[in-house]
Amino acid sequence: MADATVNAQASAAMSGPRGPKPKRAFSSTNIIIYGTLLVVCMYYLLPLYVMIVTSLKGMPEVRLGNIFSPPVEVTFEPWVKAWSEACTGINCEGLSRGFSNSVWILIPSVIISIAIASVNGYALANWRFKGSEVFFTILIFGAFIPYQVMIYPIVILLRESGEGITWFLRIFNEDASSFRLMGSLSGLVIVHTIFGMPILTLLFRNYFTSVPEELFKAARVDGAGFWGIYFRIMLPMSLPIFVVAMILQVTGIWNDFLFGVIYTKPETYPMTVQLNNIVNSVQGVKEYNVNMAATLLTGLVPLVIYFASGKLFVRGIAAGAVKG
Amino acid sequence: MAVTDTGQGEAGVKRPSRLFKNLAAKFAAIPMIFTALVVFVGCTLWTIYHSFTKSRLLPAPKKWVGLDNYERLWSENRWLISIENLAIYGACSLVLSLVIGFVLAALLDRKIRFENTIRTIILYPFALSFVVTGLAWQWILNPALGLQNTMRNWGWESFTFDPLNNAEIVIFGVLIAGIWQGSGFVMVLLLAGMRGIDEDVWKASRVEGIPAWKTYIFIVIPMMRPVFVTALVIISAGIIKVYDLVVAQTSGGPGIASEVPAKYVIEKMFQAQNLGLGFAASTMMLLSVLVVLIPWAYLEFGGKKNG
Repeated sequence: MADATVNAQASAAMSGPRGPKPKRAFSSTNIIIYGTLLVVCMYYLLPLYVMIVTSLKGMPEVRLGNIFSPPVEVTFEPWVKAWSEACTGINCEGLSRGFSNSVWILIPSVIISIAIASVNGYALANWRFKGSEVFFTILIFGAFIPYQVMIYPIVILLRESGEGITWFLRIFNEDASSFRLMGSLSGLVIVHTIFGMPILTLLFRNYFTSVPEELFKAARVDGAGFWGIYFRIMLPMSLPIFVVAMILQVTGIWNDFLFGVIYTKPETYPMTVQLNNIVNSVQGVKEYNVNMAATLLTGLVPLVIYFASGKLFVRGIAAGAVKG
Repeated sequence: MAVTDTGQGEAGVKRPSRLFKNLAAKFAAIPMIFTALVVFVGCTLWTIYHSFTKSRLLPAPKKWVGLDNYERLWSENRWLISIENLAIYGACSLVLSLVIGFVLAALLDRKIRFENTIRTIILYPFALSFVVTGLAWQWILNPALGLQNTMRNWGWESFTFDPLNNAEIVIFGVLIAGIWQGSGFVMVLLLAGMRGIDEDVWKASRVEGIPAWKTYIFIVIPMMRPVFVTALVIISAGIIKVYDLVVAQTSGGPGIASEVPAKYVIEKMFQAQNLGLGFAASTMMLLSVLVVLIPWAYLEFGGKKNG
C-alpha cells in the first residue's frame, strides 16, 4: 500500500496534475450507473405495485385490463373478502384461519428450534466431545439433501410416534384420546425444528466460537457448569445472534409450503397452503383483486419483518450462506 | 506438592468412564444427534432402500425388484419432461442470477448514493415465499388481463408474451419469477465478497490506469472465487428443490409442460400412491445433489485435515 501511494505521489509530482479528475455529479458513468439502477429497481418493485393496485380495484375495473393503472375508485372490499370470505372448495372462511394456524405453527417452532440449536451450537463451540464434529458435519451435509428424500419416512416416524405416545398415555388413563402427530400442528413444529437445525446450529456455533475463550475458562474456574455458563454468560452476550436467528426462522417457517402441504390436513393448513388453494381453486369466477389481496396478506408478515429488521436480515442470510 | 499428590491419586483410582465425560453437553446434543442420525442418515437410507422395492402403499409386503422402478421412471414421459425443465431452469437461473447478481453488486460497489435503499428494494422479493412470488407473476403474466393486454391497450397491438399458456416457453415464465425472487440474494452474497477485497487492489489498478470493468473481470472475479463457489452451491441446492414456485404459478401446466422433479416426487408419493416410483425419483434427486456437493466438499475440505 505504501509503495502504491509513494509511486502515485512521485508520478504526480513529476508531470503536473494527473490522476482522476474531480468527480462531477452528472458524469456519463454516473448517469449510466444510476439509470441502470433505476430500471432495475422498477423491475423489482413492479410486481409489488401491480399487486397493491389490483387489490384496491373493484372487479369491473380489473376487467378493463390495465394492470399498471392506479385504482380509480379505491376499495378495501377485496381485502375484507380475502381475509374472511374467500373460498377453498366448499369452505368459505377466508385466510383468517390459515393466518391463525400459521401463527400457532410459527411461535412454538421458532422458540423450540432456536432453543435447541443455540444449545447445540454452544456444545459444539465450547464442550466438544468425541464425535461431536462428526454429527455436526452430517447435520451440515443434511441441509443439502433434498427434502423429498426424507419426507416419506418422516411421515411414518410421526405416525408411529403418535401411536406410541397414545399407547403411553393409555397406561395411565384408559380413555385417553388418541394422540396424533401426523396432520397436527405439533407434528409440523417438530418437522420445522428438525429442518431448521443445520443452519441455526451453524449460526450459533460460529458465534459462540468467536466469544473469547478466557471468558469461558474464567467461568469454569469459578465453578459454573454447562447450563450455568450457557444461561449466565453466553445467553446475555448473544442477543444479536438470537435476533438474527429469529428473523431467519420467522421468514423461513412463515414462507414454508412443502411441509405444510405434507404434514397438515385442511383444518391445520398454514397460510401459504391455504392461499394457494384459494387462488388456484378451479371453481367459481376468478376474482383477481381478492386473489391479490390474499397474496399480499400472506406476504405481509415477512415483508414487515424484512423492512423493520433492515441490516439484520441481510446479516442473517449472509451468515446462513457463508461458512465460517 | 498437594496438587501432584491428588493427580497421582486420581491416576491410581479407576478413572470414570469416558462416556460420562461432558455428560451435560452430550445430553444437550441429543436432538442434534437424533436429527443427524435418524432423520438425515436414517431416512435417506430408508428411502434409497425402498426405491429398490415394489411398494405401492406402505405397509405392504416389500418385494425386492432391483432397478425396476428406475427403468419405469426413465421411460416415463412426465419424468423426462421434469428433468428437461429442471435442466433448462437450472442452467438459465444459475447463469442469470450469477450475472445479474454480479452486475448489480458491482454497481452498488461503486460508492453510490442511496445504496441502502436500492439494496433494500432489490432484496425484498427474497423475503417473500415462492407461493406469493408465483401467484404475483401468474397474475402479471395473465394473457387476458395482465402485462400482454396492457401493452396491447397502450397501442403495441402485436405484443405477445404469454408464457404461462404456451407449453414451449412456460418454463421461462417460471424462470422470470424465480430470478425476480432470488437474484437479490446472490447480489448480497457477491457484494459481501466484493467488500472483502482489499482496497489496495483498487488503488493499484487505478495507479496502473486499468478501467474499472477490466479490474472487475480480470482481478475481482478471480479473487472472489470462493464466494462464487459458495453462491453456486447454494443456488444449485435451491434449484433442485424448486417446487412451490411451480405449484403456485402454473400447477405444472399447461398439461405437464412445466413439471419439475420435486413436484413429480410429491405427487407420486401422496397422490398417485406409487411409492416405489416416488422413492426412485427422490433418490435421483439426491444423486444430482451429490454430483454438485461432492466436488465442492472435496475442494473445500479436501486439503484440510478437519472440516
